[in-house]
Amino acid sequence: MATSKTLGESLRQHGVSRRGFLKFCAATASMMALPPSMAPAIAQALEKARRPSVIWPSFQECTGCTESLTRSFSPTVENLIFDVISLDYHHTLQAAAGDAAEHAREQAMNTNAGEYLVVVDGSLPGPKANPGYSTIAGISNYDMLMDTIDGAAAVVAVGTCATFGGLPKADPNPTGAVAVQDLVKDKPVINVSGCPPVPMVITGVLAQFLTFGTLPELDEYGRPRAFFGQSIHDRCYRRPFYDKGKFAESFDDEGAKAGWCLYRLGCKGPMTYNACATMKWNGGASWPVEAGYPCLGCSEPDFWDAGGFYKALSVPTGSPGDVLLTAGAVGTAVGVGAGLMSRHQGKQAAQHHDKVTADQLEEKL
Amino acid sequence: MTPMDFLLLTKGPLFSLAIAIFALGILIRLFEIFALGRAHNYAAARGNEVIPGLKTMYRRFNPDPGTFKRSTFDVVVGTLWHVGFVIALLLFIPHIELIKSTLGVSWPGLPNPVVDAVTAITLLGLVAVLIHRLTHPVKRFLSRPQDYLIWTVTFLPVLTGYLAYHRLINPYPLALGLHIFTVEIFLILLAFTKLTHIFSAFVARYYNGAIVGRKGIQS
Repeated sequence: MATSKTLGESLRQHGVSRRGFLKFCAATASMMALPPSMAPAIAQALEKARRPSVIWPSFQECTGCTESLTRSFSPTVENLIFDVISLDYHHTLQAAAGDAAEHAREQAMNTNAGEYLVVVDGSLPGPKANPGYSTIAGISNYDMLMDTIDGAAAVVAVGTCATFGGLPKADPNPTGAVAVQDLVKDKPVINVSGCPPVPMVITGVLAQFLTFGTLPELDEYGRPRAFFGQSIHDRCYRRPFYDKGKFAESFDDEGAKAGWCLYRLGCKGPMTYNACATMKWNGGASWPVEAGYPCLGCSEPDFWDAGGFYKALSVPTGSPGDVLLTAGAVGTAVGVGAGLMSRHQGKQAAQHHDKVTADQLEEKL
Repeated sequence: MTPMDFLLLTKGPLFSLAIAIFALGILIRLFEIFALGRAHNYAAARGNEVIPGLKTMYRRFNPDPGTFKRSTFDVVVGTLWHVGFVIALLLFIPHIELIKSTLGVSWPGLPNPVVDAVTAITLLGLVAVLIHRLTHPVKRFLSRPQDYLIWTVTFLPVLTGYLAYHRLINPYPLALGLHIFTVEIFLILLAFTKLTHIFSAFVARYYNGAIVGRKGIQS
């Protein structure tokens, strides 16, 4: 339950130094593309912020988003910021189970009506789909979401499943999965995409909400521009190799060993907007491309259906070779047929041509 | 429709549709030409047909001195942008990946900055030939709407490719989608406009070479 303790008090209780806290505020200011002079303002606002109640339902998901947030940074000031929100409902993290867990959700909704945040991970069967594909405590995902968001201040969709439908929505979408933004129309929705998302991004979004009481500036997909404003390709440290035309052609060739561009190995960095290249993973240790693995484009909609992971971005998604072969065979047959028919018509015309002699012509004249 | 929906549409069903129309159209036209053949020549052959035919396919790349003197601009700028277009089409690494996935064949590419420079020259060349067409009284008189149409559908893929490479249209899925879309328009129109010359020019050159070769004339 949300307590009256401020964030600053909580942080001090957790042993976070003033210096560490200010460093976090400066980093947050920089992430949100604010001038450094805003850091003290952020610190001041966060110090005074009351712990907001967060209800975190998990629908058709793999818990990877939660794993990412809770395990990859340990323990840092970001985790503590996360700790000091009042996480009133979260299957994986809460001690309560069954009716007690659902009771906690209902109580948080009633106590903090109009003020709590709903964080969702996972897609959910849409209103027209069979609700039986995913239920919690006998409640369909759809009913639980619509019920929970009723008194929410805002909704944060975490992970590509919640933001765009993700894996459950991938062709042929057997469960009729839809994204949170497809259903929530009367509340602000912030999409934090990624499979899983970068942990700092979710803490950054929460920090902005705590600091300004406002939602971040969003891109056309409803993602915070501060984190999703630039593509992986534009911030990739391997970009100079792309520009020079130096590409790894297999995972163990000389190019791969020399750290050349992974475009030909299927890197989707040019079309992917995320903060991996700048914020990296595991406390800034590395990120997929640095580990020699092409970007899968996991923070973009329909990335499961956007072509093979190991096929270059320029490769079509269908079977163009088969289409070309079939159309080519039909084209050849029709072309030969048309040519032969024209020849035949020409011959026929020549055969039926009435010959006239000069005398006959003269007679006519 | 989001930019990603647009990209997936152009990379998937629209691309298949475009190459189906392209393959169907161009093969119908070419095989109709081959099947029609030429009128039988009853005169005794004085020379070989095949070798001069093949030689002429290549030799027509070299303009004769008279043509060069009369139309220096057309020969120089025309050659420049045609060569640039072919280099950008066939030697840019992402294009080679596309061809490899479609036809199963591949070859080495050029470094991106080289293709970039060639593309810039091609764009300038295409703009120059349009200005020349609009300002030259004879060319302007001879130009039909289709000439402007095929200039447009040739120019747009080069332009959008250049913009996508330099990431001047955002977000990138829209830039790439637009590039692929303009290429699809090019492919669809190819077999039904003067763009057919990409293939038929070589057939015509062969016939010219073969006809004169048969008469014993050096091609």
